Amino acid sequence: MRLTCTVNGKTEVIDDIWPGESLLYVLRERMGLPGAKNACEQGECGSCSVHIDGVLVCACLVAAGQVEGAQIQTVEGLAGATELHPVQQAYLDAGAVQCGFCTPGLIVATVDLLDKNSDPTDNEIREALAGNLCRCTGYAKILDAVRLAAARLEKTGKA
Amino acid sequence: MDFFRPTSLADALKLKSAHPLALCINGGTDVMVELNFDRKRPETLLDLSAVTELNQWSEAGDSIVLGAGVTYSRIQTELHAQLPGLAMASRTVGSLQIRNRGGVGGNLGSASPAGDAHPALLATGATVNVSSVRGGRSIDIHEYFIAPKKSALDPDEIIISITIPKARGGQQYSKIGTRNAMVIAVCSFGLAIDLQTRKVGTGIGSAGPTPLRAVEAEAFAASHLDWEKGAALAPELLAEFGALVSAASRPIDDIRGTAAYRRHTLSVIAARSLKWAWTSTNEFRST
Ligand SMILES: Cc1cc2nc3c(=O)[nH]c(=O)nc-3n(C[C@H](O)[C@H](O)[C@H](O)COP(=O)(O)OP(=O)(O)OC[C@H]3O[C@@H](n4cnc5c(N)ncnc54)[C@H](O)[C@@H]3O)c2cc1C
Ligand code: FES
Ligand code: FES
Repeated sequence: MRLTCTVNGKTEVIDDIWPGESLLYVLRERMGLPGAKNACEQGECGSCSVHIDGVLVCACLVAAGQVEGAQIQTVEGLAGATELHPVQQAYLDAGAVQCGFCTPGLIVATVDLLDKNSDPTDNEIREALAGNLCRCTGYAKILDAVRLAAARLEKTGKA
Repeated sequence: MDFFRPTSLADALKLKSAHPLALCINGGTDVMVELNFDRKRPETLLDLSAVTELNQWSEAGDSIVLGAGVTYSRIQTELHAQLPGLAMASRTVGSLQIRNRGGVGGNLGSASPAGDAHPALLATGATVNVSSVRGGRSIDIHEYFIAPKKSALDPDEIIISITIPKARGGQQYSKIGTRNAMVIAVCSFGLAIDLQTRKVGTGIGSAGPTPLRAVEAEAFAASHLDWEKGAALAPELLAEFGALVSAASRPIDDIRGTAAYRRHTLSVIAARSLKWAWTSTNEFRST
């Protein structure tokens, strides 16, 4: 099967896809975009989080054929040419990254949250990130990173 | 494997009739887990997510007609006023990523006794509208669940929508689990009070082979509530309601909890739900 979709603003045509494979498999194994991580393949960990047409989803739970014609945004599309995205920078500065396996998914989910809610309460952050598991950090630094990113985006008026 | 992605309902029904063994996929939050872990290898996948008719909701008199593919996230934001019980249940499903894809049609398709939409649908007396090339029919939610993961749906049928009466009184949904997110219910309870018909509806999840209704508890509550003035409920009345809900359950011991724990927690959440829903029923009195 042939799949045509837009990934990080670029139109892609990918051939020989097995229709039952996941979008995560397409991104990682067929397109060389390993940012979205494969950890559980059952929607439990959120490390494969991406946006499809602006909606935050687990790429492991979307069949390849379902994204025909869709706009997909992955963590690879966040940084500018010279600068990290403010959310990525905040995760670094707050020390919210240890092994880093959960980080791409958390960053994508944080971008999603701050797009909708520029000044979230701690409870709102917890609810928004409840689908992203981190087995290293204990989450305290992750909450710090989200608050830091929110404050910086507020200042620059980007949120 | 064949993959079909119809954009109209008519095409979807034709495809399902031509391939009755085709596995429907909508949000994929149940189906993809099965595919990823090689638990299912259907010959045909019928993707319903591009069918416009399934992804919208509308008002029809006193009811909402909810397209099978409308996601939990949309129910939370767009329908919380009309369908508060279902919106509360939706909020407990998985995580944001899951709620952004999954919906009630898929929940009914899987027909798990633990599905969170089911108690809310039972409590409100919803109707499941299904269709095939042979024609359409409406299934009373109380007749929809047959056995664990088995429903009244025929192989060539597709769930089109669910007709759910708009709230005419307080509604509640409570779920027992180890976390506030990402849990399959240990047990759950949905309640809907209807000030107009003076009826109380119930739904029990994860405490029987199918989602269940607590018929005696419903009758008890309906005959003991002070419908005229909305007087506060005595603790004995709440306790008796809880006991009747618990008695209607048919739980087993499993990895998530024991039958005894389920019976106990059901009596507690049922009593609390009635208290909360009765209080919010007052908001419907003045209107
Ligand atoms: C991490 C995770 C957490 C979860 N947490 C919860 C939870 O807390 N509570 C809960 O209830 N569920 C939960 N689920 C299960 C799942 O999200 C729900 O059952 C959801 O409602 C399924 O909807 P879907 O559109 O994704 O269904 P799909 O996976 O697309 O389909 C599910 C089933 O329904 C059938 N189907 C789909 N649409 C139709 C239709 N229109 N007509 C006929 N058949 C159809 C499919 O063939 C399949 O058998 C969870 C799943 C995951 C992966
Ligand atoms: S790999 Fe998709 S949620 Fe874990
Ligand atoms: S930093 Fe290791 S899993 Fe989160």
